[in-house]
Amino acid sequence: MATVRVYVTLKPSLLDSAGRTVAGALQKLGYSELNEARIGKLIELQVEPYEEARVKEMCDKLLANPVIEDYRFEVAGA
Amino acid sequence: MKVAVIRFPGANCDQDAFYAIKDDLALQVEYVWHEATSLDGFEAVFLPGGFSYGDYLRCGAMASRAPIMNEVHRFADEGRPVIGACNGFQVLTEAGLLPGALMLNAAQKFICKDIYLKPVNRTSIWTRGIDRTLRLPIAHGEGRYVLDQDGLARLQDNDQIAFRYVSPQGELEEKWNVNGSVGAIAGVLNKKGNVLGLMPHPERASRQLLGNDDGLQILNALKLVSARL
Repeated sequence: MATVRVYVTLKPSLLDSAGRTVAGALQKLGYSELNEARIGKLIELQVEPYEEARVKEMCDKLLANPVIEDYRFEVAGA
Repeated sequence: MKVAVIRFPGANCDQDAFYAIKDDLALQVEYVWHEATSLDGFEAVFLPGGFSYGDYLRCGAMASRAPIMNEVHRFADEGRPVIGACNGFQVLTEAGLLPGALMLNAAQKFICKDIYLKPVNRTSIWTRGIDRTLRLPIAHGEGRYVLDQDGLARLQDNDQIAFRYVSPQGELEEKWNVNGSVGAIAGVLNKKGNVLGLMPHPERASRQLLGNDDGLQILNALKLVSARL
């Protein structure tokens, strides 16, 4: 069984209003070195067998929306 | 003419749409479960608002891949009327039937209030009968329309902007752009103009008993199409 970690992130050009709120909260807690926080998703998939092309298909078909998001994935343990 | 109201698990405006079509438009209407695979016998589709699949992953993402969506794609291709309000709009963008995407409101808040809309496109079945600023309710957390600059230019060139958020007097002002949408866009059309997605709820404003019947200005398109069949 392979564990695949899919990271889905908002495209850099887009305003992440939730991330901005989190950054504001951290700055108020005194972390003045913080410039920006952006929130993404981590989706863990268990697959058997692992095929890179099939996982890419899952990302393209459902897990990420290409209009607003980028994705990358890594295999944790094959 | 019979209109299909698609029911996804988590939809909550399906009954509003059903009764607006049945009682206020006096058209035939039936619910269709999302796992159905045929829209035979129907001429138009309404994708209602709500929180399909709990808004998990992204709003409308799972619903846009439901079995019935193959038929909604067919309707869109064939030029039949398809309308998605609120979550229905999110489903249509996720399905690739409309350009762009809907993201968390700029102010990070769920907004539930009346807003004002002005039609931009004046030729589609959905917009050509509207001759004034409309007041309609919105109720959404993720309604900020986004699209890149190239996409926005194409949308303008093809006259696909259906509605913009405006002031009560119909003026384009940033403070009336309630959720921070690019270009204050509240609704968009596909290239053919038969598919409309919008964040406001015309089905919640379809009779004076509800305090507002401005929604009929949009929904009447179904009646006009019906009269031609």
